[in-house]
Amino acid sequence: MSETRNDSASVVERIHAVAANGAVIAAHFLGRMAVFVLGDETMVLAPPRGEAKTLTVHGGAILATAVGESVIVTGGDDGKVVETDVSGTSRTVATDPKNRWIDHVAVGPDGAVAWSAGKTAFVQGKELCSIDAPSTVGGLAFLPKGFRLAIAHYNGATLWFPNAPQSTPEKLEWKGSHLGVTVSPDGRFLVTAMQEPMLHGWRLVDRQHMRMSGYATRVMSVGWTAGGKWLATSGAPQLILWPFQTKEGPMGKQPRQLAPSQHRIAKVACHPRQDIVATGYEDGMLLLVRIDDGAEILAKKPGDAPVSALAWSADGTLLAFGTDNGEAGILDLA
Amino acid sequence: MTDKIPVTVLTGYLGAGKTTLLNRILSEPHGKKYAVIVNEFGEIGIDNDLVVGADEEVFEMNNGCICCTVRGDLVRILDGLMRRKGKFDAIIVETTGLADPAPVAQTFFVDENVGRRTKLDAVVTVADAKWLNERLKDAPEAKNQIAFADVILINKTDLVSADELSEVEARIRGINPYARLHKTERAKIALNEVLERNAFDLDRILDLEPDFLGGDGHDHDHHHHDHGHGHDHHHDHEHAHHHGGLKHYHDEEMQSISLKTDKPLNPDKFFPWVQDLVQKEGPNILRCKGILAFKDDDQRFVFQGVHMILDGDHQRPWKKDEKRDSRIVFIGRNLPGKKIAEGFESCIA
Repeated sequence: MSETRNDSASVVERIHAVAANGAVIAAHFLGRMAVFVLGDETMVLAPPRGEAKTLTVHGGAILATAVGESVIVTGGDDGKVVETDVSGTSRTVATDPKNRWIDHVAVGPDGAVAWSAGKTAFVQGKELCSIDAPSTVGGLAFLPKGFRLAIAHYNGATLWFPNAPQSTPEKLEWKGSHLGVTVSPDGRFLVTAMQEPMLHGWRLVDRQHMRMSGYATRVMSVGWTAGGKWLATSGAPQLILWPFQTKEGPMGKQPRQLAPSQHRIAKVACHPRQDIVATGYEDGMLLLVRIDDGAEILAKKPGDAPVSALAWSADGTLLAFGTDNGEAGILDLA
Repeated sequence: MTDKIPVTVLTGYLGAGKTTLLNRILSEPHGKKYAVIVNEFGEIGIDNDLVVGADEEVFEMNNGCICCTVRGDLVRILDGLMRRKGKFDAIIVETTGLADPAPVAQTFFVDENVGRRTKLDAVVTVADAKWLNERLKDAPEAKNQIAFADVILINKTDLVSADELSEVEARIRGINPYARLHKTERAKIALNEVLERNAFDLDRILDLEPDFLGGDGHDHDHHHHDHGHGHDHHHDHEHAHHHGGLKHYHDEEMQSISLKTDKPLNPDKFFPWVQDLVQKEGPNILRCKGILAFKDDDQRFVFQGVHMILDGDHQRPWKKDEKRDSRIVFIGRNLPGKKIAEGFESCIA
């Protein structure tokens, strides 16, 4: 049974459908070009109007993606890290010597690319550096300032300066398996998603712990709202927003809960300028949720598969979405 | 959901013949494609398109349950494999000889993402006919693998005498009387005996009778010597031949406890009791299964568990001519049999 949302607040007619032909695992924008990364070996480059182009970029399933200033970086089960630009030109950044799966990728300052295969994290900046984590890498994120990489793994996270091989990596410890990592835009907080249905956070200045729990399922999608005021998350049947406006972060505070549904939230993407979160549900519904007053606009009606990919263009006028069964589109909100 | 990809777990002590069985599965002309997850440091020589190296990283869950361990690498690998959905029909996980099957099984119960798209089919353990008895004495891992199994292959039967074989069979039965037992040479077996067993499917919890007690004159062991094709039933003469002198062993450490009552149970007593039991004895209980008849309830209730994790549901209405017995089975280490039996009795409505 799907829910009915007030149709008067709807922008569904603004969808420009894109033929994806496969599960969409991620969406990104390069300027105004939407890029839909598919779970097989391909990606679809689609302008807001006009014809989409499908590219084969890997020799196997794509496992991880990230977006930089001018390229999409992908990691595949073919052991390759590939960069693709807006013209559709691909370049192999690295090939794992043992052809291991590339589990995670991240793009840092000056276009540096980080990836991981098993326990080892690599950074290709001016030169190639690597570090072995204590266990398989669960997630990668560059810190906003300085050339520093956060690596999530079992029992915590490691902060590493790839350009200072002599420096001892900083360890953030918390028991359990950490499967994803994000750093607040001001660089003050590091948050991991755990195997358990909870997030764990550290205030980096004093390593104060923050436990953010109460989810129905593992948190697989998070995003920082403009200016890093809120951390929007999936994993519950409502949009969970943890407050990060103050230097205490969410410690001792309740999260804001918006847009409740009978279905869980599968994917979130925060508008780059306004306090609006594109919120994708497991039933395929997509809402635009305004944080101030909880107002909702229907962006896509429920379908037959969860929303699996969401991205805003940098100016916030375009929203790309994709689902697990290959439904994809671009919403033009200008 | 029926389109979940079945996952078969192959265990067995070092050198028992796991890789032989795996290669047999992969090379038979069944027209199916398998994704195989092997240990990076394990035996090599697997000929398959889709082979993934695993790290066997086991970690504890922070859910207040000390025995709830999960294979972290499997969460990652299964997630990655599902990106290739449609390119293979089933997944086989080969564990190292020293691995405990429990974290593998628990991964399917604990991780929703894994459990939604894949399902644990069965734990298949390959045992070495010549060396198993020794390993049961000195390797706790070997005993775990036997106790945990849904299907056991006593392999390399050509290397032992009939007496030795009978001895090893009795030892296995002393630990796990419920697993399907097959005797093989070079892991030769009909694939339907090891694949698509649905051993963890609540709807298929039928095998609560000890395998060797199948008393209808047929041999339920499904022996496959060199003729390797898939008969489901053999005949009486084989039965007598194989079971004529089977000794009964009681393993001092690992046992199974089977309880039965024809009186209906009170669910308000049973659930608190079984939950309390697995909370306290969970680390020692490897597997449990049950079919239950509750008072004033026309539905059969079935449940299963791995250590502290329990999974149960109403299965179907009791049939008219069906005896409404409640049966429950525990396999584990140093289980307090008397206490469990008394507890079960106290749940009678």
